[in-house]
Amino acid sequence: MTELGLTPYLALGAFLFACGLLCIATKRNAVGILMGVELVLNAANVNFVACARYVPNFQLEGQVFALLVIVLAAGEAAVALAIILNFYNNHATVDVDKADELKG
Amino acid sequence: MSLDVVLFAVIASATGLSALAVVFSRNIVRSAVWLLFTLVGVSLLYFLIGAAFVGATQLIVYVGGTMVLVVFGVMLTAQQQFLRIRTRSAEWLVGGALAASLFALLVTVSLRLGQARPATSSESLPGAGQLGIGFLTTYLLPFEIISVHLLVVLIGAAYLARAKRRPVDRGAA
Repeated sequence: MTELGLTPYLALGAFLFACGLLCIATKRNAVGILMGVELVLNAANVNFVACARYVPNFQLEGQVFALLVIVLAAGEAAVALAIILNFYNNHATVDVDKADELKG
Repeated sequence: MSLDVVLFAVIASATGLSALAVVFSRNIVRSAVWLLFTLVGVSLLYFLIGAAFVGATQLIVYVGGTMVLVVFGVMLTAQQQFLRIRTRSAEWLVGGALAASLFALLVTVSLRLGQARPATSSESLPGAGQLGIGFLTTYLLPFEIISVHLLVVLIGAAYLARAKRRPVDRGAA
């Protein structure tokens, strides 16, 4: 293997996605779950940029989508942290297992 | 082995190990630091691919902005009993099985995709100039939508996280 193809990047993206999913599933700290979401978004971004490099006629689109995802991730982190801080102010905890007031 | 392959192996393994450390470190502060390393590694990958503008944006917005937000969130909520919240082993089992099966599925799909498309790296990626022209012509609508979305989201976040003036009245009501 002398030339890098699309596959290693896609595999790395899949690995980051699996790590993010595991992080979301197992962390009980709300900020930890937010970190998992960031990992998942980064995995998608790796795929976008790798496809921009290796898929013909996708050079501009891949980078454009990656930039849009970066901006969306920044907004998502801001709102999620605001919600987490509100939850912390009202309940004095960041354990998501304690957030069960809406449970039916 | 060309330089690209060696660089990719080094950066990708560092990024993957950092991502694993984000998941498996018990202390939330250490998770934040490992996430920082993961994001830096991903931006280095963008530079390696040749998307310099996306890599720089990742460094500035993600590492400089979003990570600061996350670290602030960690610091504002870091009390001793929340720094290390234990996870039940059943949750580890279910989450690990889910993540492993999804990883296997995605790797299978990407192997097929990679076979369908052999490496066709020819010309360099469009740089910041072409991206800017694209954002102001073809992708003007998504650009405007996302800018207004960012404004609305930041105002909403500031409103949600504002300091409460009278918490006593609120508690009584």
